[in-house]
Amino acid sequence: MSSELISSASQISKAEYQPRVSARQTIGRIWRWVFFGSTALAIVLLGMLLWSVIGPGWNWLSWGLITNPPSRFPEKAGMNPAIWGSIWIVLGSGVAAFIMGLGTAIYLEEYAEKGRFNDFIQTNISNLAGVPSIVYGLLGLVVFVDLMHMGRTLIAGVLTMALLILPVVVISSREAIRAVPPSLREASYGLGATKWQTVWNHVLPSAFPGILTGIILAMSRAIGETAPLLVVGGASQVLWRPDGPFSTFMVMPLQIYNWTGRPHEEFEHLAAAAIIVLMIILLLMNSVAIGLRQHFSRKARW
Amino acid sequence: MQLESSQEAVARIPGISAAAFQSVEKELDTSPSLIELRNLNIHYGSFHAVNDVNLSIKQNSITAFIGPSGCGKSTVLRCINRMNDLIPSARVDGEILYHGQDVNARNVDPVEVRRRIGMVFQRPNPFPKSIYENVAWGARINGYKGNYDELVEASLVRAALWDEVKDKLKDSGLSLSGGQQQRLCIARALATNPDVILLDEPASALDPISTLKIEELLRELESDYTIVIVTHNMQQAARVSDRTVFFSLNENRQGILVESGPTQKMFTNPEDPRTEGYISGRFG
Repeated sequence: MSSELISSASQISKAEYQPRVSARQTIGRIWRWVFFGSTALAIVLLGMLLWSVIGPGWNWLSWGLITNPPSRFPEKAGMNPAIWGSIWIVLGSGVAAFIMGLGTAIYLEEYAEKGRFNDFIQTNISNLAGVPSIVYGLLGLVVFVDLMHMGRTLIAGVLTMALLILPVVVISSREAIRAVPPSLREASYGLGATKWQTVWNHVLPSAFPGILTGIILAMSRAIGETAPLLVVGGASQVLWRPDGPFSTFMVMPLQIYNWTGRPHEEFEHLAAAAIIVLMIILLLMNSVAIGLRQHFSRKARW
Repeated sequence: MQLESSQEAVARIPGISAAAFQSVEKELDTSPSLIELRNLNIHYGSFHAVNDVNLSIKQNSITAFIGPSGCGKSTVLRCINRMNDLIPSARVDGEILYHGQDVNARNVDPVEVRRRIGMVFQRPNPFPKSIYENVAWGARINGYKGNYDELVEASLVRAALWDEVKDKLKDSGLSLSGGQQQRLCIARALATNPDVILLDEPASALDPISTLKIEELLRELESDYTIVIVTHNMQQAARVSDRTVFFSLNENRQGILVESGPTQKMFTNPEDPRTEGYISGRFG
């Protein structure tokens, strides 16, 4: 047995190897610069975007923009109702999508039998993530606004937006749950834990940072999304912040869209200032979420 | 009684002296059997992984499963507490009787089976929680109403880990070394008060000193628990077990049980030439 091994090993001739180490290293360096280039391009584009917004908008930034309702006069105009509308839409749809999306992900990953049906659902959810947002707006218009008689209200906007971000939440939560090592589940089952005890005590805590990342991305999308809300809600000027789920509402991207469409040049500057506010709020929201994620990922590590 | 042949066999396995065989005086064949496998067949999808295994496992003894890689010994082990339920494609036919009750019967809850038949896995897998919580959790989910501090201490003492961790019970279980983690996993299994402990190559990821500690520990646990251990290490099987079961592959690459018997007999005077070939290192 061992002599066979040796004879076959002796057939591997040293002359056949051409390591070309420096050439391989050069290829590696070229790729490094390609990757650096794409990063740099992204940063430059982002910088140009910021510049095009901050340039015209900076001088129009004021507390009034945040505290005042919209007005015909650009000096007095603000977007307080839109800010509140956006906050409610993002929080409401985030919570709704979290509950529905995480529930779906847990069911599909941990409970449902793996097989054709599961694959079918998975494919459909992935496809839903690619459906244009205006389609969700039309769905919301038909189902929530008309069929369920909600009217063009905050709750209709929240539910529509929740549907829109649901596929992303489901997909990212499933990935996070799937990334929990099987050995952790085995350890739990091996002690006589039920499925629910295993999911609640081990799978979810370990998957939570990943789930949170998905929610953060989904909520960031929700705050910037305009088209579906144009259909189900705040197309008109709203002077008051929403005071309940059935009040009319306005959101920041719609306010910006509204202002950019006006003939006066001042409103364009105002729109630029509003974009800065939108980005600051987005940044604040994301840093809170990232902080939360760090907190949880320190606790759950395997 | 068969001292000469014993010494002969021992000479074939490096690192084992005749003294390594323990419990020679134990009259194992008269002790009651706790687990009976009857006509056990296991399929993974269309692959027939384990073919017709019949085996009885004695109470308060250590049974070692040995055999070449892929012979189904871990698969058989994982059937005993229905861990194979977690693999969707696995199908188990035949009877696995525990106290005379088929664990695969319709009215038997696998959760109940696993509480009584605990398991320690190949790679140490403590929970990403504190050492204390690692031990207490299994008892908590099983509704333990006693004093948790005492339970944790008693379990860690039994697992020969207490002295090393008593001052850092709040530290993460993952901060321990591999050998300590594995003993933590044993303590965790003990804390649920099982009847049987299944160990799936518990020392294969550990250094020799940790391995020795685990083996000593198993010897101490034997009086209170029925232990089944899968091992690739024949010296380990010889050192630690009362009975040895040898699995191998048939011509269709299916796992079969070749021979089982008291460890001393298996290592010194096996009946089947395949057993002899394996333990003397001629194949596998």
